[in-house]
Amino acid sequence: MRLVLEKRPERNRWMQVASPLLAVTLTVLFGCILFAVRGIDPLHAIYVYFIGPLTTLWSIEELIVKATPLVLIGAGLAICFRADLWNIGAEGQLIAGALAGGSIPILAPHWDSSLAIPAMLLLGMLGGMAWAAVPALLRNRFGANEILTSLMLVYVAQYLLDWLVRGPWRDPQGFNFPKSISFNDWHLLATFGDGRVHLGAVFALVVAAVLAVFMARTLKGFEIRARGEAPRASTFGGFSVPGTTWLCFGISGALAGLAGICEVAGPVGQLQPTISPGYGFTAIIVAFLGRLNPLGALFGGLVLAVCYLGGEAAQVELSISEKTAQVFQGVLLFLILACDTLVRCRVRLERGTQGSSSGQGAAPPLGIEDAGSRAASEGAAR
Amino acid sequence: MNGLEAVLLTIITASTPLLLAAVGELVTERSGVLNLGVEGMMIMGAVTGFAAAHTTGSAAVGVAAAIATGVAMALLFAFLTQTLAANQMATGLALTLFGIGLSGLIGQSFTGLPGVKLGAVYLPWLSDLPLVGPVLFAQDVLVYASVAITAAVAWMFKRTRSGLVIRAVGSNHHSAHALGYDVAGVRYRCIAFGGACAGLAGAYLSLVYTPQWIENMAAGRGWIALALVVFATWSPNRVAVGAYLFGTVWIMGLYAQAIGVAIAPQFLASLPYLVTIAALLAISGNRTLTKVNTPACIGQTFVPDR
Amino acid sequence: MRKLIVLAAVLALSLVTASAFGADPLKVGFIYVGPIGDHGWSYQHDQGRLAVEKALGKQVKTLYIEKVTEGPDTERAITRLAREGAGLIFTTSFGFMDPTIKVAKRFPKVMFEHATGFKRAKNVATYSSRFYEGRYVIGQIAARLSKTGVAGYIASFPIPEVVRGINAFMLGAQSINPDFKVKTVWVNSWFDPGKEADAAKVLIGQGADILSQHTDSTAPMQIAGEKGIQAFGQASDMIKFGPKTQLTSIIDDWRPYYVRRTKAVLEGTWKSTDTWGGMDTGMVGMAPYTNMPADVAAMAKATEEKIRSRKMHVFAGPIHKQDGSLAVAKGKHLDDGTLLGMNWYVKGIDDKLPK
Repeated sequence: MRLVLEKRPERNRWMQVASPLLAVTLTVLFGCILFAVRGIDPLHAIYVYFIGPLTTLWSIEELIVKATPLVLIGAGLAICFRADLWNIGAEGQLIAGALAGGSIPILAPHWDSSLAIPAMLLLGMLGGMAWAAVPALLRNRFGANEILTSLMLVYVAQYLLDWLVRGPWRDPQGFNFPKSISFNDWHLLATFGDGRVHLGAVFALVVAAVLAVFMARTLKGFEIRARGEAPRASTFGGFSVPGTTWLCFGISGALAGLAGICEVAGPVGQLQPTISPGYGFTAIIVAFLGRLNPLGALFGGLVLAVCYLGGEAAQVELSISEKTAQVFQGVLLFLILACDTLVRCRVRLERGTQGSSSGQGAAPPLGIEDAGSRAASEGAAR
Repeated sequence: MNGLEAVLLTIITASTPLLLAAVGELVTERSGVLNLGVEGMMIMGAVTGFAAAHTTGSAAVGVAAAIATGVAMALLFAFLTQTLAANQMATGLALTLFGIGLSGLIGQSFTGLPGVKLGAVYLPWLSDLPLVGPVLFAQDVLVYASVAITAAVAWMFKRTRSGLVIRAVGSNHHSAHALGYDVAGVRYRCIAFGGACAGLAGAYLSLVYTPQWIENMAAGRGWIALALVVFATWSPNRVAVGAYLFGTVWIMGLYAQAIGVAIAPQFLASLPYLVTIAALLAISGNRTLTKVNTPACIGQTFVPDR
Repeated sequence: MRKLIVLAAVLALSLVTASAFGADPLKVGFIYVGPIGDHGWSYQHDQGRLAVEKALGKQVKTLYIEKVTEGPDTERAITRLAREGAGLIFTTSFGFMDPTIKVAKRFPKVMFEHATGFKRAKNVATYSSRFYEGRYVIGQIAARLSKTGVAGYIASFPIPEVVRGINAFMLGAQSINPDFKVKTVWVNSWFDPGKEADAAKVLIGQGADILSQHTDSTAPMQIAGEKGIQAFGQASDMIKFGPKTQLTSIIDDWRPYYVRRTKAVLEGTWKSTDTWGGMDTGMVGMAPYTNMPADVAAMAKATEEKIRSRKMHVFAGPIHKQDGSLAVAKGKHLDDGTLLGMNWYVKGIDDKLPK
């Protein structure tokens, strides 16, 4: 017996709705077992975990705060991944954006002008873009693999931030502790409600919507999709490969940079050695939860925010250790990824051991595949 | 103990876990699979290795447990990415998240307990040689294992049919499939091998490097291993060079401090990454170097057409 | 879109079932920066939490959140504890300072205690330990026991607390042997067993035959044991990791302070204070003096007693800075303000302080 996948000719609409529900159901079941084993009332635990964060205005606001950077970055990464470009260094681009944008409140703390915030946001996006330009350049000019160059630049950015806040940008009144001055009020983003939800949330909504239209309705958007789904056909069609690379890295870098400056000019309010609990990495999962659709990133960002806040609530209310919460999140992600397969493929159990052991077993399909269908199938498999 | 000997010994200890994890990931990547879960597999190897060694009192049992755990984690990854065709980056990241969480959970009851140290090998006469003896002939089994595994992998890719098959699967899974190779099967085995090596690297951390269990003790070494594989452009020999280079840069940074040379520690710490990027630039220009080894299908999901 | 509808439905349903809390015992909240399993900083704070539970029994209920990143998550984590009804909240890392002040403004009835910071408010007190007092004692021990006259010091970050520790260690050592040397390696982390182990080996390779650390893991202790030299523990008693190695350990003992402050809230006598407790308050403790000759142990005990009874000040003049300038004259001692912002080495330390 072995599991066999068969590609569906088209994504299954019904499954597209059912698969996330199935994933959540399975996770809840797994959670029940996990909690029951640890001697905690499973239903109550599930309530605290998934429903609790949605029950008070405060936690909903916190949910939005948490989801904001995830959506911003996730939406940009979705586009990159769609083009078959693997920018996994968004965390570094976030830091670069925070540094570039944060240079204004630190170097010109007294510049109280209505231009200050737009300038910070612009610099933040440029910073992120510049950091993302390095892997794009390396790929275009030297053919270097962007996955790992972008990843390595994360560490470089982290050390740069660390050096700045312990050295040149350290608060002179701060007893040598590693942090910059607190930003002045005129260098902080406008907030709503209880004072935690900030302008970034609006950006996230706008960005997701604009990018969705961009991808679906514009030629550039088509070019990006074509690049990912049928690279050869897209070259024949006259689309420039380096051009797409620049564009995708530019967009995702700028958005990560925007998320960075929004974080430091929002919830954090200063520069310090850690400004992000790994948003740039979590956003990769967000992009996939959203099926690489910018609007989907909204959903993905909220799911992960619920997961995170629920985990924190569980620590306090049920004394479940933070590790249990982390395991739980891991399982949820596994299940969502696994159930996602159902959207793309039909899963069958097949009898017999054909092709499972030696290298020659699998019956090779006849004929030579043509490049177009191959590329299309690769695209569909993502 | 003289200075040079101390330096060399320290470098070997710092480099070995990197080499172990990197050479495993190299095989995985050569088959066209990018597993970003190295950190997760490594930390799970570390905790189960420690737990098994502490419970049974035998470091060898610990090593075996660590390997088994690494393989189990890798198979989970393989099931998701190969059988269910889930995306490799997302699954790998989830694996790391899951591994760090679960290792903390398992390790709760083992925190603060003294561990069992895997002893060094003693070779009569050879181990007693000055300098060469302690450095080359009195290491623990895992150091020798890391070198042996690297050599074996290099030999496999160069000389054996299996190596050829792995490379074929990694460079074009559709052609390999058309030629009758079981793409998923080959990848399953390569992923499992990567997991075993990552588990072994974890065992090295909790049984040799610092024989105890501490939460999150891998501290990012899994990610460095990933960088190393690219640094080496998927060549086993260069992975070894790279691992020792990383170790050397790090240790020499500490030495520079101890003898009073003031350099920003952040600069030293980011040096290996900058060096890697520079090295990538240097070799990227050289087509023959990159073309030969780069697995073209890396990170791509494969579902055979029927 | 459908997901949003589902979300909204879940939301509506759950609003109906929102639960209420009864608040009889005083809820005491703790925010930790690391995992409580680090066997160092956060572990010691958690020991304090357990002590509060033990001492006050049913009068209190403790809550905690571990591994809280210093950054955008901090404010929410503290707010969560306040909203859970905590009447007293300990935020146990320097990086929690500004968020603590922010949250305290919004919850004027909740008392806050921030460790190692310098910003206070009506309902925010600060507390820290004079760990440097212990470092003077171990400096003396090192100078008495070292054969090479060189000690290795594994340091985390060049912040005043750590610099103060190195200076106190050096002053203690110089009181025995004016030519004593300290070699420092900065590992740029509070907690990375592998790096700490590497640093330990490097220092031993440079001739250090006694190790002191201002990082949290037990790795340097184990390395010292392997190489057959002695070491001092940090934060907790590490004797289990070096039964033949540990000379003593500077212990962060938060228990008495936490119990005292919780009691104050229960009795309604809590006030915002700035506590910088030394050996006299029990916040700094020394593990038993082991693996050393009796006369050295006796000397250490005598110094400890003098510091405890305030008969001597660790930073009593004359003290010269590294560049030779006078920091404090004979007959005086450095004031707390200077100590809190200390960013210079005392004379005799060869290293350059990383900036």
